[in-house]
Amino acid sequence: MRYDVVVIGAGPAGLAAATTAARFGRSVALLDAATRPGGQFWRHRAADTGAGHRDWATFAALRDQLSGVDYRPGSRVWFVEPGFTVHLEGGERFAGARLVLATGAYDRSFPFPGWDLPGVVTAGAAQALLKGQGVPIGKRVVVAGSGPFLLPVAAGLARAGVRVPAVIEAASPLGYLRGVPPLGKVAEAAAYLAQLARHRIPYRTRRVVSAAHGDGRVTAVTVSGPGGQRVIECDALAIGYGFTPQVELAIAAGCETRLDGDGSLVVQVEDGQSTSVPGVYAAGEVTGVGGAELSLVEGRLAGLAATGQPLPLALLRRRSALRRFAAVLARVHRTPPWAGRCDEQTVLCRCEGVTVDAVNRSVRQLGVVDGRGAKLMTRVGMGWCQGRVCGAAACQLVAAGAGREVSRDDLLAFGTRPIAQPVTLAELAE
Amino acid sequence: MDGQGVPDVVVIGAGVVGAACAYYLSRAGLTVTVLDRGGVSGGTTGAGEGNILVSDKPPGPELQIALRSNELWRALGRQLEGIELEVKGGLVVTESQEQQEALRAFASGQAGVTATEVTDVRDYEPHLAPDLAGGMFYPQDMQVQPMLAAAQLLRASGATVRLGVTVTSIEPGRVVTDAGVIAAGAIVNAAGVWAGQLGDVPVLPRRGFILVTSRQPELVRHKVYAASYVAAVESDAADLQTSPVIEGTKAGSILIGSSRERVGFDAAMSLPVLRLLAAGAVRLFPVLKQVRLIRAYKGFRPYTLDHLPIIGADPRVPGLYHACGHEGAGVGLAPITGKLIADQITGSPTDVDLSPFRPERFHVQL
Ligand SMILES: Cc1cc2nc3c(=O)[nH]c(=O)nc-3n(C[C@H](O)[C@H](O)[C@H](O)COP(=O)(O)OP(=O)(O)OC[C@H]3O[C@@H](n4cnc5c(N)ncnc54)[C@H](O)[C@@H]3O)c2cc1C
Ligand SMILES: Cc1cc2nc3c(=O)[nH]c(=O)nc-3n(C[C@H](O)[C@H](O)[C@H](O)COP(=O)(O)OP(=O)(O)OC[C@H]3O[C@@H](n4cnc5c(N)ncnc54)[C@H](O)[C@@H]3O)c2cc1C
Repeated sequence: MRYDVVVIGAGPAGLAAATTAARFGRSVALLDAATRPGGQFWRHRAADTGAGHRDWATFAALRDQLSGVDYRPGSRVWFVEPGFTVHLEGGERFAGARLVLATGAYDRSFPFPGWDLPGVVTAGAAQALLKGQGVPIGKRVVVAGSGPFLLPVAAGLARAGVRVPAVIEAASPLGYLRGVPPLGKVAEAAAYLAQLARHRIPYRTRRVVSAAHGDGRVTAVTVSGPGGQRVIECDALAIGYGFTPQVELAIAAGCETRLDGDGSLVVQVEDGQSTSVPGVYAAGEVTGVGGAELSLVEGRLAGLAATGQPLPLALLRRRSALRRFAAVLARVHRTPPWAGRCDEQTVLCRCEGVTVDAVNRSVRQLGVVDGRGAKLMTRVGMGWCQGRVCGAAACQLVAAGAGREVSRDDLLAFGTRPIAQPVTLAELAE
Repeated sequence: MDGQGVPDVVVIGAGVVGAACAYYLSRAGLTVTVLDRGGVSGGTTGAGEGNILVSDKPPGPELQIALRSNELWRALGRQLEGIELEVKGGLVVTESQEQQEALRAFASGQAGVTATEVTDVRDYEPHLAPDLAGGMFYPQDMQVQPMLAAAQLLRASGATVRLGVTVTSIEPGRVVTDAGVIAAGAIVNAAGVWAGQLGDVPVLPRRGFILVTSRQPELVRHKVYAASYVAAVESDAADLQTSPVIEGTKAGSILIGSSRERVGFDAAMSLPVLRLLAAGAVRLFPVLKQVRLIRAYKGFRPYTLDHLPIIGADPRVPGLYHACGHEGAGVGLAPITGKLIADQITGSPTDVDLSPFRPERFHVQL
């Protein structure tokens, strides 16, 4: 099958790109691994009518416009070939003259003792479970990490009747207000803080969860901060330090990347979301974490650019304003250096059983100077998840050991996954 | 070593070959500084596999040094910690009686190589396809984790290792780097596939891909490859050659090769090549069909026109020695290369005829 435009990812960015391109009469395929459209932001159940969702009307409108798009849920892309041929798990192929990559992001984690206990999940996973299946992760859930995303997670859990003993935020986010942000965004954060107050959920800043305790399952966490340590009982911990953009398909397609303000590797784009590879566009979190509205704006721009339409100034301005705000957030929530205060015996790479200590030793003793070297010498990030979980932390360790900041090359060593999803040899052999 | 003063030898390249040079030079009592623009094993050593083979070498000078290197690796396996050396043996399998006869003839010419003819290859590898004709088992073939081996050779050498230093040119008695000029009594060019540009020797890239599966229970015990592999290794063709080579690793994943292409330093993943590798692997091991590939990587083998490494003094530049161009056998040949370089620099007699490896053998063509 050949299309004018193939879009990968049906979150806010991909939905906007696909429907925009279709509106200009182009043949468009929209591929997404999930069973329903909406991505992370509008993850929902079949019967959902929008209660508890934000901007549901926008989603409903986009969903209606999918009639003009060849939308293929349940499609996992594992390889992108130049020209462009997109390969799905199962053997199907989609060819497109233009390619829009809107693959979003996943949670960023930093290990601590007990992070592998059942009941400890990422903030995104807790949110996905709640939104996608209506199941809260526990009855008494500590929400921790850093970033504005902790607020909707805690508010959502509280609405579902879950007791949230505290939200633990590593940064001191009152700095938001110093950065000339668009008003709507601040209002959103304020609304969430009001919801937390209504549910009597304390919002504790400049603190981190330094350990999770439990025998077979988490039963408490230790919170460390300026005032010392405190133990909070819980039956689940939802923890996330922002997001890591899903750049592997873009890298496989040859797109240039850059280091973003929040320390992530992102796809480099120009005004019309065009990447360094002619014909390839990238939109949404894959070009830098900035929230659903920014993803929508970028998706529209990509849809317009991919069909050769002029780019409306208002849209470009909105994008700049939202990007500026994202940069403020990134600065405020910039992860406090984790490398210096992590426990040496903690397993960093769960797939391959590599400890923090093993990575530190590889730097001290085996001549490791970068992320790639750490992989080669210790197998960190070499297992099933291909460094999705441990990559950010491993890069921090190596960079700290070498006495420098994390570099683009460090992150590239973990973000380069030409085989984007595991595929059977039988399928590959065909 | 304190890194003060002029080292006896500067080795350029912290791959497995440079590391082995540093090891044997230090053991010969020389002070050594190793330079690399990246980290240890960041070049081809970190982008290949770790087979130490005698089975695939036709009679001739390479087989001669491969046998010597095999012995040196065994000794290193006892001396160095954590290099994952396994004397697992290699199994070459054939698909027809004709191939089996050709393999038998090939093996009978390999003086010094132990080979046992195998009629039922499934005695050695229970998961092999039932319709293979036969094979040959080579107990001397081994495997090592090449990145760790290079790191441990360097540690054991006690050499000064300076990483993140790029050499821009080699001059008599000194190398010019982005971190200043470094004087040295002798210089060893062990810059792998990049040695050509640096030392003006004809070393060129030959690209290879490797597939890596998820962890498995032990499905593949030995290094297993098809008899067609030897022909692919020796081939002079520029276009793609593939031949199945399969092995398990200590970590549980299975590595699948091999491909050979002369496409310069083109780093793009080629799906057609990956498909051929997968097809070759499931042909030999049908059990791998449902096993998942999680990763693929590529590397550039440093090859020379006669497929022999370049080992020895460069008559054009006093004090410069080359140790490069090992193509798909640099891990296997690293110890003997280091030993020969150390012998040459210290003026000790070598018991190997070095003439086939002399750098100047190519000069007539220049
Ligand atoms: C788990 C999680 C939960 C989140 N929940 C919220 C929330 O509740 N509220 C909020 O404000 N923000 C949330 N975020 C942040 C959220 O990512 C953005 O606000 C927004 O969804 C970004 O939109 P996007 O279109 O850029 O990407 P996404 O919405 O992430 O969409 C990307 C899509 O690409 C698809 N995809 C990726 N790779 C492939 C592939 N190889 N093959 C096929 N399909 C692929 C994914 O299935 C996904 O549907 C969440 C993030 C995560 C990781
Ligand atoms: C797919 C594949 C599979 C293979 N399988 C095997 C196998 O099973 N068995 C086997 O024996 N061999 C195998 N090989 C071959 C083997 O990997 C190489 O022969 C060997 O690694 C070469 O080692 P080296 O030390 O010469 O080069 P490298 O490891 O490339 O080291 C050279 C070093 O020099 C440095 N350098 C280069 N230029 C400069 C400069 N200007 N300044 C400073 N530093 C510089 C580089 O950074 C690099 O670290 C395989 C190769 C490939 C690609």
